[in-house]
Amino acid sequence: MLAINLRTTLLAAVTAMGLAACGEGKKPEPKAQAEAPAQPTLEIKIGHVAPLTGSIAHLGKDNENGARLAIEQANAAHIMIGGKLAHFVLLAEDDQADPKVATTVAQKLVDEKVAGVDGHLNSGTTIPASAIYHQAGIPMITGSATNPQLTEQGFDNVFRVVGRDDQQGPAIASYLAATEKPKVVAVIDDATAYGEGLANEVEKTLKGEGIQVLAREKGTDKTTDWMAVLTRIKGEKPDAVFYGGMDATAGPLIKQGKELGIKAIFAFGDGACTEEMHKLAGAAAEGMLCSQAGIPPQAASKAFLDAYKARFHMDPILYAPFTYDAANLMIEAMKQAGSPEPAKYLPFLHKISYEGATGKIEFDAKGDRKNAEITIFTMKNGKIDPIAVVKAGKTMPYEEFLKGTAGGAGQAPQK
Amino acid sequence: MDIFLQQVINGLTLGAVYAVVALGYTMVYGIIQLINFAHGEVVMIGAMVALTVINALAKSGLSPVTVVLAGTGCAIPVCMLVGYAMERLAYRPLRRAPRLAPLITAIGVSIILQHLALLVWSRNVLAFPQIVDLRVFHVAGARISNVQLAIIVVCVAMMAGLAVLVYRTRLGAAMRATAQNPQVAGLMGIDIDRVIAATFAIGAALAAVAGVMVGTYYGVAQYTMGSILGLKAFSAAVLGGIGNVPGAMLGGVLMGVVEALGAGYIGSFTDLCRYGWLARLIGERCADGGHFVLFGSNYQDVFAFAVLILVLVLRPSGLLGERVGERA
Repeated sequence: MLAINLRTTLLAAVTAMGLAACGEGKKPEPKAQAEAPAQPTLEIKIGHVAPLTGSIAHLGKDNENGARLAIEQANAAHIMIGGKLAHFVLLAEDDQADPKVATTVAQKLVDEKVAGVDGHLNSGTTIPASAIYHQAGIPMITGSATNPQLTEQGFDNVFRVVGRDDQQGPAIASYLAATEKPKVVAVIDDATAYGEGLANEVEKTLKGEGIQVLAREKGTDKTTDWMAVLTRIKGEKPDAVFYGGMDATAGPLIKQGKELGIKAIFAFGDGACTEEMHKLAGAAAEGMLCSQAGIPPQAASKAFLDAYKARFHMDPILYAPFTYDAANLMIEAMKQAGSPEPAKYLPFLHKISYEGATGKIEFDAKGDRKNAEITIFTMKNGKIDPIAVVKAGKTMPYEEFLKGTAGGAGQAPQK
Repeated sequence: MDIFLQQVINGLTLGAVYAVVALGYTMVYGIIQLINFAHGEVVMIGAMVALTVINALAKSGLSPVTVVLAGTGCAIPVCMLVGYAMERLAYRPLRRAPRLAPLITAIGVSIILQHLALLVWSRNVLAFPQIVDLRVFHVAGARISNVQLAIIVVCVAMMAGLAVLVYRTRLGAAMRATAQNPQVAGLMGIDIDRVIAATFAIGAALAAVAGVMVGTYYGVAQYTMGSILGLKAFSAAVLGGIGNVPGAMLGGVLMGVVEALGAGYIGSFTDLCRYGWLARLIGERCADGGHFVLFGSNYQDVFAFAVLILVLVLRPSGLLGERVGERA
């Protein structure tokens, strides 16, 4: 404990010194720069925040890549905003998936006078940060924070282009209930805003279907030892196990569950709906179910997929299409408003109707995306394979969904 | 009952690892009264080196056991070198300094090692390749896997080996002499610097093996994995009586079992719906098989530290710890 406390204090001290130094040293510079060029260009800063260190850094980098691609494309397109050539600058920050760090970073972006924020990744970091952006009147669009609470705060600057847990939870739970017909289900979460919120929604839906739900078990977002919890669950002989948490903890969970001989089907939310699960748990991950708010990255528009692959030499992992859309939405609203001033382009975000990489995007009064889809996946031969799409309470097989949206977002799935 | 037995088996596996790591803390403390907070990071480096080697050899066609042994074989010398280097560079210059100085240095070394590992192995959770085929044995309704069995056997063997080293060899005698009184040991012709360096290296070798075992058991490794494991092993060493070799073994095993049983049963015992009058008080949440759990198994890590606090309050010298007077 001592080690940890001391380390945080030291870090805080160093950061504080660094910030103080930056604050004084850098302020005069932007003015000088803005006056210098003869051609009227407009520098527009857009912030992106996600964990770039820690156990889900791979997802954070994926989110950042999505935003970066949008910004680079916008710069290449020489967009004119209010008669001036717009030059977008991405300020990519790391919140370490830690709510405390997230608020510090949010304040830093506010001080940098960003025009908008694309992020954060986790619900636990996005919610506290959203209050800071709200105070500063800066629009923020998250491409991956799914906790319902985010848009229930009455903040008019907060948007999300992805589904909510209270849509995702019921979707995976009702799919589980309909296809696997379990009698007893064990629900576990990682005690984060995301994991607990998702697990609560799943439990509510399962109980509504008349399925017995065992007493909630909990870990943390760093738990790798699930033996005690799983042994306890095993005694209750569940037919299915649902875990609300990220892949870094879900991998060991399913591996140890299979080792203990739990025969239940394992189901997860979007945080563990990645192919990392195969790396972390090997064969144990085969046959697991999981859901993702929105559509799978490979069902995003072909233009996006090709551009992403060309720029980063890999396929998007999870939420990159959404952070890409989020950045584009801000740019689009700025174009319509003819200004990057948050107060001027915010009204245009509210009434925007935009065809993005993930399909048509419109926001409801709370800032949530209208008619967000939830996709159900299963792990097959080490790949997560979409099997169904739940939209507005209706489940349809994935193939059918692709046909239905032919010509729209789902034009050409890669795999 | 089989659930209880299963929890005990889980606890013993975990405890065996704690015991081996705790030995590293206790040996160093016994000799120079330093709590080497960087010891947990040595475990992490052991796991990381082994992971790299195993990954490289995974597709070589060698038998899984050979590959794991090769990984361990590389991890041990690297960790011994790390252990030796930190003693030589960080602690030896401070041997005559006030005791707080090396303690803070230890924290610094821990941070440095962690961030070196971050640079080398990235910040991601790395998967330990699943090359060992899992075999499961059934014992009275509980399951014990070949990995668990191997961990327990290897830990016991290493503890036995260490006991022989400490109590039956010349180096062991030198270590015990240095622990009792470094000045006098030096006067008797013992090269104290060499003995202390050897102690660090031996502790690091044990840590390396522990790292490989934790990695294969959980299937994951990350640059931060050493800190919490180290703190728990340190608690185990204090529980057994820090500075006392058999105490560290006992403390480690006890710690593992307490943690497994605690995590396994705290949820049941703090489910308020089990208690009639409380259930009536809460009302609807307990209706038809509902639960109101006060503390879930996420409090698992708390047990280690609760035990540490209890020991410090009730029996500061630990279970097998020597009376303080003996040293003075």
